[in-house]
Amino acid sequence: MSAGEATAQAIPRPRRLPPPLACIGLAIVAIGLIMALLGPFLARHGAGELISERPFPAASWALPFGGDHLGRDVLSRLLHAAPVTIGLALGATTVGFVIGLTVGFFTAEVRGRTDTMITWILDILVSFPPKLIALIAIAGLGSSLPILIATLGFVHAPRVARVARAVAMNISAMDFVEAARARGESVLAVMVREIWPSARRPMAVEFGLRVTFSILVLSSLSFLGLGVQPPMTDWGSMVRENMSGIFLGTPAALIPALAIGILTVGINLVIDWIGGSSGRRLTEELSR
Amino acid sequence: MRPVLEIAGLVVRADDGKGSWIDTIRNVDLTVSAGEVVALIGESGAGKSTVALAALGYARPGTRLVEGRILFDGQDVRALDERGLRRLRGRDASYVAQSAQDALNPAIPIGAQIAEPLLIHGIASGTEAEARIASLIGLLDLPVGIVTRFPHQASGGQQQRIMLAMAMACAPRLLVLDEPTTALDVTTQIEVLKAIRTAIRGQGSAAIYVSHDLAVVAQIADRIVVMRHGAIVEQGPTAEIVERPKQPYTVTLIDAVRPRDRRLAREAPRGPAPLLALRGVNASYEQQGWFGPARGGNKVLRDIDLTVGKGEVLAVVGESGSGKSTLARVVAGLHPRLSGDIALAGTTLADRVRRRPLEQRRRIQIIFQSPDLSLNPEERVGEIIGRPRQLYFNEARTNRDAHTDRLLDMVGLPPSYERRFPAELSGGERQRVAIARAFAAEPDLILCDEILSSLDVVIAAQILELMRELKRKSSVAYLFISHDLVTVAQIADRIAVLYAGTVLELGATSAVFTPPHHPYTALLMAAVPQLRRGWLDDAFKLRGPTAQRRAAPTGCPFQPRCPLAIPGLCERELPPLREQTSGHAIRCHRSDAELRQAQTSPVQTSPN
Ligand code: SF4
Repeated sequence: MSAGEATAQAIPRPRRLPPPLACIGLAIVAIGLIMALLGPFLARHGAGELISERPFPAASWALPFGGDHLGRDVLSRLLHAAPVTIGLALGATTVGFVIGLTVGFFTAEVRGRTDTMITWILDILVSFPPKLIALIAIAGLGSSLPILIATLGFVHAPRVARVARAVAMNISAMDFVEAARARGESVLAVMVREIWPSARRPMAVEFGLRVTFSILVLSSLSFLGLGVQPPMTDWGSMVRENMSGIFLGTPAALIPALAIGILTVGINLVIDWIGGSSGRRLTEELSR
Repeated sequence: MRPVLEIAGLVVRADDGKGSWIDTIRNVDLTVSAGEVVALIGESGAGKSTVALAALGYARPGTRLVEGRILFDGQDVRALDERGLRRLRGRDASYVAQSAQDALNPAIPIGAQIAEPLLIHGIASGTEAEARIASLIGLLDLPVGIVTRFPHQASGGQQQRIMLAMAMACAPRLLVLDEPTTALDVTTQIEVLKAIRTAIRGQGSAAIYVSHDLAVVAQIADRIVVMRHGAIVEQGPTAEIVERPKQPYTVTLIDAVRPRDRRLAREAPRGPAPLLALRGVNASYEQQGWFGPARGGNKVLRDIDLTVGKGEVLAVVGESGSGKSTLARVVAGLHPRLSGDIALAGTTLADRVRRRPLEQRRRIQIIFQSPDLSLNPEERVGEIIGRPRQLYFNEARTNRDAHTDRLLDMVGLPPSYERRFPAELSGGERQRVAIARAFAAEPDLILCDEILSSLDVVIAAQILELMRELKRKSSVAYLFISHDLVTVAQIADRIAVLYAGTVLELGATSAVFTPPHHPYTALLMAAVPQLRRGWLDDAFKLRGPTAQRRAAPTGCPFQPRCPLAIPGLCERELPPLREQTSGHAIRCHRSDAELRQAQTSPVQTSPN
């Protein structure tokens, strides 16, 4: 028995301010996106501009985060690298997501043998370690932005597909999806009209997680020198370049590492918030 | 006698989701004396559960007990601290929920679960606890061996009684029972009701019994409190409320239980070709495997032959597990059939809905049991109802909107509902939307899969009336799936009684309701709750020699439960569906005379 059952009054969906941690997360993500869009325009110096003769000049008004191993402005380079790091991560995730989502929803809806077969293939693909795939692909094809995006997308796709399939399976067992099937809706219509709207929230969580994963993998590839190649730079390669500075006590390597860390944490805070509310809603709906 | 529970001036407030509070319970007084059973009855949302929970000092999340006195044995419940409340809730008063499945721990043996409250409250341990459990098991008529089993190994009715045993373990002075039999079949309900009544009387504890079913309550309660919109409408001794209700609302509730007219005898129009014809349909739960077709082991439907005429209402009646819903799904093309043929207006239908042409799909629509689940929560009512028009008639937006208004009006909803989401409607309104969606396709046949069973009695009666009205206005046929014979009698032209996937009786509604009945039909009829006192005892006697729900693997499937079974014959041979008078057939080895005789013995007849 649910309260207000017999009354016909409208129960509007409550809109409240997100909880504090989520607000912090949203702020971090917003700053990250602004950096990704406007970073190069905000930077005072060019990415390759030499500001100082000495390596690792100390922080000052002119160089808020100090300089790097060639005497370039760390803040400016951070801003120049932001679109590369974030853009690559978003691009790769989007590629993996579109493929994974389509495959996952499709197998959940058609079921039967097609589902069994695709699930087998997905399981095999998932069993390869992501970094191994990336290393092989880059060793074979060389490192360029499209290759990086494609490789990471390929890493993501089967993982996203498995999650999407599980989410879709839960939703597709519900009567309203059954009603759509009984009506004779096509597989595509069931996926888009019936399953997707209810899957949006859990899949948004998955997207967030995948973006973090992309940022971390790309950064570590760049750190190993296999990712973004000079003269282009991203946060991961900034860490690598300035490794030697750590022993001199300069923050040049720590700043990009911190940027990576803070952005990842921020995305995770947002995910927790979305995930928390969607999880509750989903179980509510399933148990009603 | 000092009352066990005294509630005075209770006000409960709930968060309405908009940041303000509304009173869901307004100034309720309730007294329960020792050994007394008080029933709280009303529709969902009337606040009966809220009041019952308040007796335990509990307010659901999002609600607050703001005013009023709650005295348990003279002790102020609202002033109790955590420890006091815990002591009150497990020991002095206990609660039995509607769904045992959610309340029992699947990983702990049943005996240990019953013992838990005894151990926690330090009332008994060791052999003493064992003795207590054994006596409870006996009292509730549960098999002795059940203590070592796990909840999933017990039947639904047994699980409910296990919950009761847990609640009664500490011999509480007050039991709060919240719709304890609502989720059960009519026949199972009888066993549980009987056990509850025996147990309460045996223990001498007081009880609050929350239910929406007046007939059930009439068997158990000493006093009835009728609630509506958070306030008490009327209260009094059971006999008084049932026989001489004063408030119009109480009369409505009673009418909902006591069907006014049993619409009988309208000979179904029998054209040469029926609208829908099922011939020898078999289905099982196993899906097609990777290595060839699945074995046809677990059959849900066995050799079903049924027809539905144009504009006819065929009701399929049976308990849960009888295969009635599978039947609807097979016709809808949502469940594969193993063998057999289904034809719509003479044309064989493909097994799966996606292989059927659009026109065939349009002609068969389905309405599901729970409107909470059958409407897409992310779509507005307008989109939900408009979709079939778009899909089947390729209708333009503007036309569709006009149509939506007309459909909403047809099911008694205002046009403004078009903009609402399903979550913003009540259960009854949602079912109206589902009905409008089915009619949007202008179908020839609507499969109604238990469309009333998730609704309150009063709302269900309204929806049933709507379905009858819509039927009168068009030439649509219904395949009306239900577990409730009485409901079905009000709408069906013909009835098919299904047990373990086998049709046991088939005939015009009037014929099915006049003896001789199939023994199973007779059982179902007796199991329908009646307001008359003494019904429960009669029904319990009739329940058959064993309470087993299993279907026999060979012979007559009803044999394990049949009071008239012929030893040596019924367990070996499946009787044929024997035509009696034209259009009425019974599947039983007993002759009509034998059946009629058994069914006119005094205990069977039920003045209605
Ligand atoms: S065939 Fe036998 S077991 Fe089956 S209903 Fe008739 S008498 Fe009972």
